[in-house]
Amino acid sequence: MTIAIERPTQAQIGSSGASANGNGRYAIEADAMSVFYGDFCAVREVRMKVPTNKITAIIGPSGCGKSTVLRCFNRMNDLIAGARIEGEVLFQGHNIYDAEVDPVEVRRRIGMVFQKANPFPKSIYENVAWGTRINGFRGDMDEMVERALRSAALWEEVKDKLQQSALGLSGGQQQRLCIARAIAVEPEIILMDEPASALDPIATLRIEDLMKELSEKYTIIVVTHNMQQAARISDFTAFFSVDDNRSGHLIEFDDTEKVFTNPGQKSTEDYITGRFG
Amino acid sequence: MMALQSSQRASDPAAGFMPSGETYHGQVRTRRRRGRVWALIFQAAMLSGVIALCALLLSIVNRSFGYVAIVNEIDPAELAVDGVPLNELPKEKLVPILEANISSGLMRRYEHDMPFAERSRENVHGLILERVVEPQVEASWGLFDSVFARGSIMAEAEERFPGSEVYFRSWLTASFISKSQSSEPLRTGVRTAIFGSLWVVFITIVFSFPVGVGAAIYLEEYAHKERFLNRLIQTNINNLAGVPSIIYGMLGLAIFVRIMEFVTSGAFLSGGDTTANGRTIISAGLTLGLLILPLIIINGQEAIRAVPSSLRQAGFGLGATHWQVIWHHVLPSAMPGVLTGTILAVSRAIGETAPLVVVGASTFIAMDPNGPFSKFTVLPIQIYQWTSRPQDEFRNLAAAAILVLLVILLALNASAVLLRNRFNRNRANA
Amino acid sequence: MSGGDSQAHSMVGGGPELDLRRKPRFTETIIRVFLFLCGAISILTTVGIVFVLGRESLLFFANEEVNLLKFFGETEWQPAIGWFGIWPLITATFMVSVIAMLVALPLGLFIAIYLSEYAGQRARSIVKPILEVLAGIPTVVYGYFALTLMTPLLRTMLGRDLVEIYNTASAGIVVGILVIPLVSSMSEDALSAVPGSLRQASYGLGATRLETALRIVLPAALSGVAAAFIVAISRAIGETMIVAIAAGAGPNFTFSPFQAAETMTGHIVRISGGDLSYDSIDYNSIFAIGLMLFLMTLGLNFLSQWIVRRFREEYE
Ligand SMILES: Nc1ncnc2c1ncn2[C@@H]1O[C@H](COP(=O)(O)OP(=O)(O)OP(=O)(O)O)[C@@H](O)[C@H]1O
Ligand SMILES: [Mg+2]
Repeated sequence: MTIAIERPTQAQIGSSGASANGNGRYAIEADAMSVFYGDFCAVREVRMKVPTNKITAIIGPSGCGKSTVLRCFNRMNDLIAGARIEGEVLFQGHNIYDAEVDPVEVRRRIGMVFQKANPFPKSIYENVAWGTRINGFRGDMDEMVERALRSAALWEEVKDKLQQSALGLSGGQQQRLCIARAIAVEPEIILMDEPASALDPIATLRIEDLMKELSEKYTIIVVTHNMQQAARISDFTAFFSVDDNRSGHLIEFDDTEKVFTNPGQKSTEDYITGRFG
Repeated sequence: MMALQSSQRASDPAAGFMPSGETYHGQVRTRRRRGRVWALIFQAAMLSGVIALCALLLSIVNRSFGYVAIVNEIDPAELAVDGVPLNELPKEKLVPILEANISSGLMRRYEHDMPFAERSRENVHGLILERVVEPQVEASWGLFDSVFARGSIMAEAEERFPGSEVYFRSWLTASFISKSQSSEPLRTGVRTAIFGSLWVVFITIVFSFPVGVGAAIYLEEYAHKERFLNRLIQTNINNLAGVPSIIYGMLGLAIFVRIMEFVTSGAFLSGGDTTANGRTIISAGLTLGLLILPLIIINGQEAIRAVPSSLRQAGFGLGATHWQVIWHHVLPSAMPGVLTGTILAVSRAIGETAPLVVVGASTFIAMDPNGPFSKFTVLPIQIYQWTSRPQDEFRNLAAAAILVLLVILLALNASAVLLRNRFNRNRANA
Repeated sequence: MSGGDSQAHSMVGGGPELDLRRKPRFTETIIRVFLFLCGAISILTTVGIVFVLGRESLLFFANEEVNLLKFFGETEWQPAIGWFGIWPLITATFMVSVIAMLVALPLGLFIAIYLSEYAGQRARSIVKPILEVLAGIPTVVYGYFALTLMTPLLRTMLGRDLVEIYNTASAGIVVGILVIPLVSSMSEDALSAVPGSLRQASYGLGATRLETALRIVLPAALSGVAAAFIVAISRAIGETMIVAIAAGAGPNFTFSPFQAAETMTGHIVRISGGDLSYDSIDYNSIFAIGLMLFLMTLGLNFLSQWIVRRFREEYE
């Protein structure tokens, strides 16, 4: 990307007021966002501004609501019966939870890659092509598929078997296929929920390299349990934790370097150094 | 055990009541014996199921084949011309024989139905057999008697039906399948009934498959389970599955046959034909459609529920609409299950009898149905009618028709299995 | 979205041109409405059944010769000549169902216990398909079986003078065979749902396999088994073709299982099989019987569902 982006440096916690500037500095902004499953408050009062074209890692203990927060960013929580959200999530200045916003439009622009690779039980080609087709793509489909597969660093491995079932690929290849599928519809943001947790170290490394490459064009928000991974690949890190009511909340959000070398909060340091309960 | 006892004895005031030594071993032996006896009983119960199935099938096979004693009104040998037996005579010789032996009025009617000049030799030969020779079944025996007690059958036939012709007959023949209904047991067939069954089932599928799958999709994908209306629909479907089939027949009689007569009789097509009534294929098909609808819905729901939610999430994550996700991913994955359930439901519809009796299958019909507004009979109805006749030969016919019905059902179920396997294979290397 | 190139622009920020608003999706709405209607047809079916049965029954009871006292107080049913006592039909239905249950409940339950507690993979792979085949055979075939095999069998065993050609015993036994698969599969589901830890606990106390099956597993699965029994009764009451063929034509107030008697379902089939003119007393009367039948089976189905819900054991 050629557009220069002013790198946000200071911590974004608590910065109040919805900035509807839409100048591209922040890909997505959560403001006082709380999520409930029924009566249970899973995530409370999250405020964070995710910078554009960077990799932002979300870390925190299990059950602190990382996946929940991630799903809120493209309204996947709509699919869960009983899930409810308060506050605002701004995407380019628009609150995606506005009554008149169509979740389908949102999800096309904010893609998602899941923890467990979930290719469609169709051919490799069809997996990549489907999303663009339903969204009305009318260009050269073959070229588009190739471009997406190249971007996902999968082309060389599958170019001879595009018509074979995607279920025949290895776990790592399947996950990269899911990434190719997601970038084929040209989203602005890609959400990844522990994309490498089910993979071996080598496959994990390839996914990490891929994320690095993709971050030049896309904003990536990735949930991970792996501290080294977060430190290796991300530009920013958000640390979540749970309070006494088992509700998750954001503790710290800052430059990855700062979070890992000089955390602002004691609990962050405890968690990163492994002293967390 | 001993250790347990001694430790108990120390703390438990009830100690000492636990049997020990020989008493205990004796008890264990009794308990074990009781266990063995019951295991035998359980196995016997299972065996009884197997026996029931075998007895059922054997009794049908038994009745489908066997010796018959036939008495002819006129011995075909007497009809030979110049020493050439009847079944070798050419058509030109057969027509005069027919003319000589039946009334002129009947002859004119045959001529009117189809001129003799156009009739084939086989047709004329058949008419002679039917009208002149007039073979009558005097008695029939089962397959097992025919095989193991041939001698006594022959003796009995000789004694009771002198002059009868006794031969081994398969009631299930090619002509039984290809001939339409007739009042003569030796010349009747199930062609009309088979066509009737096919037509009725066709209507049933056309109605109940889309509606059933649609309802299943609605309930699994769209309906909010907390809403009263949706819970009502679900409970209602579960209960409809338990309503006796004859009630559906009465529903069909009152709604399709009677209230909607103008439509179901086809009168609206022919501009108000007053002789037609609503006892037609379409009424029967819709009645059976309502009957199997709950089965299709419940099966479909199960199949849709089994589709992993990760598949749906993947679709939604790409910005697909709900229906796109359903149509492209959920339904294809659920299809094998949906189809298997549908085929089972359709098998049920093919075998249903009672509702169609109530809706009003025709008792006697010799013409192939030619559309949804025809009168109809179906295989099970045919079986029912033949079974209700007291004469032995009709029981034989019923058994043969049952074999036809069972073969159709078997083919359907086999196709369900094949279909499922193919779907699975396709999905594996799509 | 219109291809990749235009997308590349909106990718870099650009708030003003972003439009996330809902656009009307007509196909989606139409499909949704259609699917809802599909679900609603089931409601219409029920409404139709209740309306039809209720309306004709009202017409039946509106007849000046008929009243509820006669309906439930007399023991002769000949609507054509003014006898309107439902009891002979009910007793015949009752006889057939009781006999059927005497056959189906023990056999079905024993088969279920065997399958879930004793049988290995091989036995299951043989018995289950056989039960499925039994369940898939049309009832008219069972009727044929009852008339041509079961009845002659009873008559040779018990004597031709005692057992009439048409009788409720033969029909009942065959109805029993018909519902065995239903009882066994529902009961087996209930038995298999009992967690293995319970069985291990029982074995651990020195119980035999039989004691475990009968005293631990069966009581734990009792609600499911009871529900299966009730559904089986409901099924037997509603069974039509077997009784229409083998139990006899003509209402008969008797408690002898060896005499011919007509059940409610058998009566409906026989009357409607003839040439029936609308709005005759015969026509209305079968709907009154149908209503009785519907209420009985519906009540039993509700009862079984209630039992399952009320006494469900949760092992978590
Ligand atoms: N569908 C749901 N219904 C009800 N509660 C849920 C649901 N999904 C998550 N929760 C609850 O919300 C809280 C946060 O869950 P979430 O999955 O977001 O945690 P997480 O941080 O992603 O955990 P992990 O690291 O294990 O993936 C948990 O307490 C969880 O039990
Ligand atoms: Mg998670």
